[in-house]
Amino acid sequence: MAVVTDPPRVPTRPAPTRRRREPRGLVTTFVGYAVLVFFALVFLYPFVIQIGNALKTEPDAAANPLSPVPDPLDLTSFQRLFDGTSFPLWMGNSLLVTVLVTLGRVFLDSLAGYALARLRFRGRTGMFAAILAVMAVPGVVLLIPKFLVLNQIGIYDSYAGLIVPLLADAAGVFIMKQFFESIPASMEEAARVDGAGVFRTFWSVVLPMARPALITLTILSFQGSWNEFPHTLVAVQDPSLFTLPRGLADLVTGSLGSGTQYPLKLGAALLATIPVALIFVVFQRYFVRGANEGADKG
Amino acid sequence: MAIDSLAAPATSSGGTPRRRRSGVRGSENLAGWLFVAPVVVILGLFLLLPILMAFWVSLTGWNGQGSPFRSGVPFVGADNYTRLFTVDGLARQDFMISLRNNIYYVLFVVPAQTALALFLALVVNNRMLRGKSFFRTAFYFPSVTSSVAISIVFLFMFSSTGAVNRLLAMVGLDGPQWFADSRGVLHLLLGLVGVDSPPTALADGGPGGLSWWDWLAGPSVAMLSIISLVVWTTSGTFMLMFLAALQGVPVALDEASALDGANRWQRFRHVTLPMIRPTMFLVLTLGLIGSWQVFDQVYVMSQGNPAKTTLTPAYLSYRTAFQDFDYGRGAAISFVLFLIIILLTLVQRRLLAERDASRPGWLRRRPPGRS
Repeated sequence: MAVVTDPPRVPTRPAPTRRRREPRGLVTTFVGYAVLVFFALVFLYPFVIQIGNALKTEPDAAANPLSPVPDPLDLTSFQRLFDGTSFPLWMGNSLLVTVLVTLGRVFLDSLAGYALARLRFRGRTGMFAAILAVMAVPGVVLLIPKFLVLNQIGIYDSYAGLIVPLLADAAGVFIMKQFFESIPASMEEAARVDGAGVFRTFWSVVLPMARPALITLTILSFQGSWNEFPHTLVAVQDPSLFTLPRGLADLVTGSLGSGTQYPLKLGAALLATIPVALIFVVFQRYFVRGANEGADKG
Repeated sequence: MAIDSLAAPATSSGGTPRRRRSGVRGSENLAGWLFVAPVVVILGLFLLLPILMAFWVSLTGWNGQGSPFRSGVPFVGADNYTRLFTVDGLARQDFMISLRNNIYYVLFVVPAQTALALFLALVVNNRMLRGKSFFRTAFYFPSVTSSVAISIVFLFMFSSTGAVNRLLAMVGLDGPQWFADSRGVLHLLLGLVGVDSPPTALADGGPGGLSWWDWLAGPSVAMLSIISLVVWTTSGTFMLMFLAALQGVPVALDEASALDGANRWQRFRHVTLPMIRPTMFLVLTLGLIGSWQVFDQVYVMSQGNPAKTTLTPAYLSYRTAFQDFDYGRGAAISFVLFLIIILLTLVQRRLLAERDASRPGWLRRRPPGRS
């Protein structure tokens, strides 16, 4: 199909707009900013509400849900979160899972991405096609299947079940392969001529050049595994193995004493959001790159 | 993403000994396999094998006790599938309701997130405005947060005394009890014009054992709050894709048509839109694929309630397996969902391939992120 279907319409009248351009530009700018500010509020105010209400008493949160200012300031929800729930345990589990999964993904995805980009081995084309196919498999249809495998090989309800299935991801392999293909091969060839083995070349010549892609992959893996929810649902049922998202979901859907306890729940959700938020602010451009890489994977 | 031409000789030459180079080739062959082995094992073990196992389970009546591969597990053939489509009963009714809910969800989410994303991208891309990167960050931020955490925030905002109802009260509207309200919005609209009960023509007889009246309910009020949450979280990602595409539209083209007297809408409709059409396709199909996978939000916010109006196939398959212990039927629902999503993915890849092949050379730009 042609991209430009309709040519720009030929104007029927001369351009009288030219004279009015200045005031119109001002109006446009004003309207533009008004729209931007309005949507910035739409996208950010829920977080303001979250922070404000996490610091309120329960009656205050119920009476003034829109106000960002707690009156009185009340930190008991956070206190109860740490004393009365398993929140610290969930946080520890999340940290463990996230660190191991991120390390695993960065290392294994780069290895595979490098092999697919550079090494000439039999079955490479087929392998890459298989990885592209795997990327199309939607996560939610894997819930029951994953449970079956974890159950069958005996790692259901263990740290291994929580971590090992997440250690490699097809999208990460794809990102790394694309990156390795974009850098020149001359350095590696020089190293190989000097007698360095394949792994040695990969480890000390190629990886140092791949810093931007490695950072992107680290951040995406961190964010993905920190936020991962459905997998924990079918990998563990022992509350001592819950990660933060699983614990939060349990907090909301389970019964938790009396009342709605919104300040407590909002506080828990807030603490779970902060690490990713910090990384997002610092490494924003890598997130943007990741989003656009992801766009391409389809 | 074509594999470079080196691949072809390498694959055919693996077996033939070639003077001095063959040693290097041989080691490369081995190294290549060693490098991909961990990923292949993990993806094979936790992706491919499970799919095969689940297919087997979908043909059985396994209840979660012991191994599904024991001899005592009843083999039921296609029963789990026919119960979803042809056999009248609760199983079919639930499945049809979940399909209906997800169809309405798609019909609302996909156009809304696409339009909002494109609109935001156009505004952020405006050359006369400053502070773009701040606004871009603000709009994108919800996309990177945890779905569970953000669902909690929206649960609070949509609670009966929550922020949304307060805002509605400010403009004189009486907000509903969002998560307790199972009324379909199309039924509500019909109620406004005085149609409160199904006309006899619609009272029954719809496909799948659900009456036409039920099919035409529209998303429930509760589903609307999940829809608004999803539109809110996904628009930022799609905005980034549109932004990348808009940056590829030559400024000169837009200015030339402005000089020619085309107004803002004409320029958008006849210059910008045709230029970003590939991204439009991409966003629409990614949205279609993604919106059949809604799960986390349903799990946290509504668990399919009220009156099953937020039940989706993904959540239904989970519930059937892990709460009703009917793993066979749960797996069957997963496979039907898998089929729906794979079909959409194939359509998307076909559209992208067609587009890449048919574009005239001078218009062939790099799609976002492809390198």
